[in-house]
Formats: sequence, C-alpha cells, structure tokens
Amino acid sequence: MTDYTKPLPHMDEANRPYWQALKEGRVTFLTCASCDQMRVYTFHKCPHCGNEDTKWTELPGTGEIWSLGRFHQVYFEGFREEVPYTVAIVQLDDGPRVYSNIVETDVDDVRIGARVEPVFDPVTEDVTLLKFRVQP
Amino acid sequence: MPNKDLRGKVAVAGVGRTTYGRLPGQSPEDLGIWALDEALDDCGLSRGDIDGLIVNRIPDYQIFCEMTQISPRFVNVTLGQGRMSGATIQIAAMAIATGMCDVIALVYGNNGRSAGAKYGGTGDRYGGAGGGAWFPYGMTSPGAAHAMMFARHQHLYGTTANQLAHVSMTFRDHAALNPHAVMRTPVTIENYHASRFIVEPLHIFDYCLINDGGVAMILTSAERARDMKKKPVYIRGFAQETRLPGSDIPPEDFWREPLARVASEVEEMSGTTKSDLSAAMIYDNFSPTVLFSLEGCGFCPVGESGAFVADGNLALGGSLPTNTSGGHLSESYMQGWALNFEAVQQLRGECGDRQVQDADLIQYICAAPMMTSIIYGSDPT
Repeated sequence: MTDYTKPLPHMDEANRPYWQALKEGRVTFLTCASCDQMRVYTFHKCPHCGNEDTKWTELPGTGEIWSLGRFHQVYFEGFREEVPYTVAIVQLDDGPRVYSNIVETDVDDVRIGARVEPVFDPVTEDVTLLKFRVQP
Repeated sequence: MPNKDLRGKVAVAGVGRTTYGRLPGQSPEDLGIWALDEALDDCGLSRGDIDGLIVNRIPDYQIFCEMTQISPRFVNVTLGQGRMSGATIQIAAMAIATGMCDVIALVYGNNGRSAGAKYGGTGDRYGGAGGGAWFPYGMTSPGAAHAMMFARHQHLYGTTANQLAHVSMTFRDHAALNPHAVMRTPVTIENYHASRFIVEPLHIFDYCLINDGGVAMILTSAERARDMKKKPVYIRGFAQETRLPGSDIPPEDFWREPLARVASEVEEMSGTTKSDLSAAMIYDNFSPTVLFSLEGCGFCPVGESGAFVADGNLALGGSLPTNTSGGHLSESYMQGWALNFEAVQQLRGECGDRQVQDADLIQYICAAPMMTSIIYGSDPT
C-alpha cells in the first residue's frame, strides 16, 4: 500500500471520526446536536444555527448517481494510468451530495439516476475511501 | 435593487487593452499599465486625473500605485476570479455615484499563460472550503464541475452535444471577424466531435482560452463623460446575487432562481426589456455556462437553451447576438473584462466587420456562485 500515489485526504482531529467510521464500514456525517443539520465539512460551529454541539449520524450509504464526468485530462500524477476515469456526484439517501467514484460496475450501467450502494475501499492503512457501485 | 435614480448616472469614458496571447516577460502589473495607458488615451485623460482605482487579479494595489505614481482617494483590489469583473465594475459605479471619487480606473492584468496558470490539480481552490476534499477521487477543476452540470442538464432536458457545440462554433465565427481574437479558424461540427475531451461531456472547444493580457476601463459621471474624447457608454443598470453556501457541488437549479432575480432587477433599474437588447455578452468560462445564463435570465424557457443556441439566436444577425468578439472561448479568457470592453466598443460602433447595426443596449451576464449583470446603453435613459 505504500506505493499508493493518488491524493490522500487531509485528516485532522475534527474529521477523524468520519475516517475511522469508513474503516469500520460505516458512513457517518457530523451533525448539529441542536438543529440536526448534517455537514460534510467539519466546521466548528453549525453553519445553519451556529450551535457548537455535535453528534455523528450514520447513513445507510445508499443513494443515486446525480451527475457524472469522465476525466480525460491528467490533473494528478497518481491518476495518469487511469484516464479516462469517471467522477460521480452521488446524492446520498437522507444525506448530502458527495463526489466519488463508481467501482465494480459495468461501464454501461454507470448512468445518472442509477441506484448505488457503498463500497469501502481501503487505499492505505489509514485511509478508507467511500466509493459506490451500482446496485444490481 | 440598486437605486433606480442611478440609471445612466455613471458612464464608461474610456477603455483600453493589450494584445492577447503569449506575452512573456510581462507581469500582471505591466499588462495592466499597458491597458490603462490605452484607456487613458481613449478618453483623453492622464494618470493624474485618476482619483479612484480598483485593480483586479493584480495582487497588490500599493505596488501598482508605486509603478504608476497614481495617488487615488479611493482604492481597492478584487480577487482574480472571473466573477469579480462585473462586481468590480459595480463597485466602481457605486463609488462614482456616491462621490467617493470622480474618475475611477479599473485595471486588470493576467499573465496566466506565461505563468502556467492551472485551474485543476493540487493548487485548485474552486468550490471554496470543500475544493481539496475531493482530490482523492480525482475530482478537481471548475471545468469538471461545469461538465457535470451539463451532464445533468442533458439528463433532465435531453440537451445534446450537437446543440452545445453551437455555442463554441458561433463564438468562433464571431472571432473570425475580430482581428484581436486569439483563435479565428472556424470550427465545424466534425472538428468539434473530433477534438479531445477534457472532462467528458466537454471537449476542448468548450473550455476558455488561458492567455496573457490586460484590460482597463475608466468610469466617471455621465456629465463629465460627455466632455471627453469618445461618446460615453452609460451604465443603465446593474444587479448582483450569490449562491455561495454549498457551492462545491453544482446547484440543483443551474442558478436559475438567483439569475432570474438578477435579470429582473437589472432590467427594472435600466428601464429596459429583453426585446430592447441589441446584443449580449455572456460569461463563457465553459460553453454550458451560456446555456444556464440564457435559461436563468429568461431568454428561453427552462430546458430549451440547447435548441435556442442551435437555432442560431446567438449569431450575428440572430435575435440575440452574443459574444460578438468570440468571447472567452475564442477571443481570450480575460475573465469578463474583454466582454465588457466589447460591449463598450459595440455601443460606440467601433467593431468593424462584426458590428451589430445600431447597437444601443447591451447586457453583460456572468453566471457563477456569484452572479452579476450590467446593462450598458448608448443613451442614459
């Protein structure tokens, strides 16, 4: 795994529970304890109500492909061998929209509107990325 | 809405620009000074007449003032994002209208081509707080976000690649008539489809052209502008909106709701309707942005922008001649400034082969997480 050359996420104290949960095969997002709004980014205060108290909400991790783009341009050296590769925007059920990759799926089935389920991809010892596959 | 009493109270007195292309050895300040001196010559003023200054993409107003010996009463600097050009012109109009200054220079300098500016990869900050969070998935660049917006538009409305191609083909036809444009060879539908994808569904022809260059505009009061060398071009109306929270993910409505508000405010302030317009200058960082702008501002029904552009409406001689210079896709990516320059030249009748006949009202539109529009007129009211 030490030869992994793609960009890795920035981890800090605030977002560590998110990454730890992914290692355990769970999709969680930081949530305001006061207004229940989820946030993708671990801002200290709730962007919606300003409250500082938080909890972590677990989602099923299923969702729907909202849009797609296929990268032919090499922007990161680590992706050079993979172009063209596809980035998807996934609308999570009861959750936010996130960028990710669709894996383990026939290319013809990667379409906007397709239902997806989570795939937990352990790319390094510390980092498990949340990816998706189209549900059969 | 900005106060309707400001309609036609501020005018563009002079415009200047550099050549566009590869201009090695020129800093953003150098390019800005080149354009500024052209703009001063255009209106018959000298540097000493300037008492207001906003620099854009030029990082440091203090160094710029040292380099030009300009000592303004009012000074500011705006970020080097294309959405800021319209906003900068609006700030300037407000500064003139409120008496903060009498003659304001807006100076833009961009050495992006020689400096190797990149809009994707590890330096990418598009999408605010979240931008870099998606690098592990290979997601980066404003172009990719617009590619996904267009893919979504295709999914919802059946917009086709052939329809989108008409945006870049039409603007290239305009550029062929513009000696200042960097890319002037016409693009056929075959050329378009044969060209490489950057982020599919977008081809290279759907991306703006990063170049070196500078643009400057001199604004003053309508009364004062009437005494200058050239015919004034009046700022009839302006409006702004934003959709910044959550803007790392494309908006559900292609910015339709805020754009509609911008459009209605700018029309009300300027006292005009869409059918009065002689032409439009639409921010074309990527060709789909033109579709979203047309729908959002109400030039065509929702979902029908593809057919609208394919029917030739944006061409010279069409119902809404758009980006008559070739725009960012073919003239040069001067981050909105060159489009505003073109609006002024069209209203003065200085556009030669690509002149829109009897042009008297032109709307500038920029659709982004920060939206602006300006309506320029050859008459103040």
